[in-house]
Amino acid sequence: MEEFAALLDALVYTTSRNRKLALIADYLRAAPDPDRGWALAGLTGGLDFPAVKSSTIRGLMMERVDPVLWTLSRDFVGDTAETASLLWPEPKTQAPGQGLTLTEVVERLSALTRTTAPIELPALFDRMDAKGRYALIKLATGGMRVGVSARLAKTAFAQAFGVAVEEVEEYWHALTAPYDALFRWAAQGEPAPDLANVPRFRPFMLAHPLEETQVDLEDYAAEWKWDGIRVQLVRAGGETRVYSRSGDDISATFPEFLDALPVEGVLDGELLVRGSAQGGKAGGAASFNALQQRLGRKTVSGKMLKEYPAFIRLYDVLLLEGTDWREAPWKSRRATLEGLMPRLPESHFDLSQLVEAEDFAALAAIRETARDEAIEGLMLKHRTSPYLAGRKVGLWYKWKRDPLLVDCVVMYAQRGSGKRSSFYSDYTFGCWDGDPDAGAELLPVGKAYSGFTDAELKKLDKFVRQNTVGRFGPVREVKRELVFEVAFDSVHTSKRHKSGLAMRFPRIHRIRWDKPAHEADRVEGLRALIKD
Amino acid sequence: MTAPFSWIRPAPQGIYVAPADIWVDPSRPVPRALVTHGHADHARGGHGESIATPATLAIMQLRYNTREGARPAEYGETVSLGGGVTATFLPAGHVLGSAQILLEHAGERVIITGDYKRVPDPTCAPFAVTPCDIFITEATFGLPVFTHPPIGEEIGKLLKVLQENADGCILVGAYALGKAQRVIAELRAAGLHDTIWLHGAMEAMCRLYEEHGVALGDLRLVSDAPSKEALRGHIVIAPPSALNDRWSRRLPDPITAMASGWMRVRARARQRGVELPLVISDHADWNELTATITQVNPQETWITHGREEALLRWCQLNQRRARALALVGYEDEDD
Repeated sequence: MEEFAALLDALVYTTSRNRKLALIADYLRAAPDPDRGWALAGLTGGLDFPAVKSSTIRGLMMERVDPVLWTLSRDFVGDTAETASLLWPEPKTQAPGQGLTLTEVVERLSALTRTTAPIELPALFDRMDAKGRYALIKLATGGMRVGVSARLAKTAFAQAFGVAVEEVEEYWHALTAPYDALFRWAAQGEPAPDLANVPRFRPFMLAHPLEETQVDLEDYAAEWKWDGIRVQLVRAGGETRVYSRSGDDISATFPEFLDALPVEGVLDGELLVRGSAQGGKAGGAASFNALQQRLGRKTVSGKMLKEYPAFIRLYDVLLLEGTDWREAPWKSRRATLEGLMPRLPESHFDLSQLVEAEDFAALAAIRETARDEAIEGLMLKHRTSPYLAGRKVGLWYKWKRDPLLVDCVVMYAQRGSGKRSSFYSDYTFGCWDGDPDAGAELLPVGKAYSGFTDAELKKLDKFVRQNTVGRFGPVREVKRELVFEVAFDSVHTSKRHKSGLAMRFPRIHRIRWDKPAHEADRVEGLRALIKD
Repeated sequence: MTAPFSWIRPAPQGIYVAPADIWVDPSRPVPRALVTHGHADHARGGHGESIATPATLAIMQLRYNTREGARPAEYGETVSLGGGVTATFLPAGHVLGSAQILLEHAGERVIITGDYKRVPDPTCAPFAVTPCDIFITEATFGLPVFTHPPIGEEIGKLLKVLQENADGCILVGAYALGKAQRVIAELRAAGLHDTIWLHGAMEAMCRLYEEHGVALGDLRLVSDAPSKEALRGHIVIAPPSALNDRWSRRLPDPITAMASGWMRVRARARQRGVELPLVISDHADWNELTATITQVNPQETWITHGREEALLRWCQLNQRRARALALVGYEDEDD
């Protein structure tokens, strides 16, 4: 466990990607099995101990530290695990030689229940120093936040044992921690795991924003960028799974697809709910807001299935009936997909249509209509591009519609977490519920914590500190003075907010230090933009 | 008979002593000022008269070019301010020349600590615990997460990394007044006799420390180095602002370290891109703050700047009368 704690600590303070890779690779080569497998699971977010939540840790601390001092400390540090590791009372007697291995720690954490956790965890904490406690809490509650993505950890694994990271990705989603088969293959030279009949996730191909680039439509095909969730549908060994963009198995949330695919293969598409908000009747898809009713549910009622029927609009084919199409150019994959469509039930699938245009300028004009059609924008795909994991420059572009803009007044601010701890970086802003000069009030319409530079953040932080008029725990209420020009993708009705609406992807576009608050926009203006 | 302690008044720009018409550490120019120490948030130019320790006055002259109206007061010396008020300067253990100021009027005793710490520091006189009625304390590190480890541990960490990286150099960010000299003096005490290389902004203050009897050994300016190669295997000390600046590009494969109490919190180190955090502070940590209040045992504790809410809470939990003063202009980011 000490080695793993030291690794986490070193990773925290390392900014160079290469040095991070080297640190992880060194650890993976040196650590014994199955410790290193558990470490890899920890770094890639593959561990879950349901009995230990952030609130469990908080509860333990509240019994040992004054609650007010705990809250002030947590608020300043910006990380529960770190605060707890620092505030845990050092045990009076350090029992030497009682170091636990990472595997022993994982076993103990797995055995915990909600009842035993508050008794067993303190005993574990007492056997460690602040560094060890930090690692333990991170491991137990998930979310390392040490600047290591799952991809980086896998790359380090590949580097440690001289294998290809693409191959690691291939096996990854079919294996579970501590990844015995993966280590036997990479570290000990045994044959690769046989996963032909496992319905496993393949990494998605992703797109770069187009920005100022112009492309030749001879080389690129255009499709609408539908506003649903990107999914991968996999059928192998007679079983079907639906995976989200992050590779989470969401089959239980969308059971209607489990018997819908008559062929073995891997398909890429957009999951949508039937309706006419996006692209009208021809578009056939409801707004994202409607789809949201279906997301995140562990079980789905018959009523839900009927009221919000989901379907998948297919973009691509990765594998089909034993053939791996990923190396093939996009146009061949497209032809394969078109050929497959008649075999798929129309009730559950349709094909993402290509958007035809004379030239780039004509396509730009078509994109201008995306706003009215309530579609997110366009996708541009190189006609010869293979299907590659991740974002590769020049192959796929997303060309989103221009955002909407609204002037809002900052109302509340909260400190950020992690890198931004101690800075007031999360802002709640509002619009006027009528004429501000006739006494109208501000109603909160959204929250944002991005879109500004570090220098602007410093200035905003100072503004918040100097203009605080009220405090509610960690939240500061500020003088209604500062105007943000907020950019957002779309706005929808919402019962959760007093203003009755919710923005999608709000971010701060410009800080209007110059604009008087009473000139900010009104809620009614935002309401007029709703397309549900 | 006036109300108790009505002669001393916290105002947003400092603490005002009415009968003597004098301010303590005011944040803007005033006719008469008492100055606890030379850091920019406590000392500044432009006052008609500045009363401070000789070392603090020397620092003020160097940094803010204050020549007029300097009135020295040695540690232990009692100065009559007029209006029946006297001031006694007592060591605060923060940086060279730093003082607590004991104010007395009509039998009432008030101590203003300025910034202070309780652990030994080879570059300045140790904090003197002195009884008083009102104790006006700082609270820069007034949160229980802040406990500063013994400096020997942190210096040991620095020397170990230095040894392991003979091909590069260690760039240590340290505040130019106090922290830099303390780190150098502790490195010398730990047996490092090699040249320590300095950013230009450090030079004058190091010389001032040496003139005040703090030996710092062989110091040279990075700008005088014959080549980049000469810096390999050495420690370079620069102000924190230079860490991520273009200036540091002239260094051979530097590992970025920072000596600050804030390094206790990982996110603070990451915000500055620090690879080797050294938890070295010239301020009292949580335990020092609470122990000092307990030892001084005043009737009332006033808290000037920092995490005043938490220290206030501690006072409340320990049945101590306390209040937070809303002073502006005190910055604590540079420790």
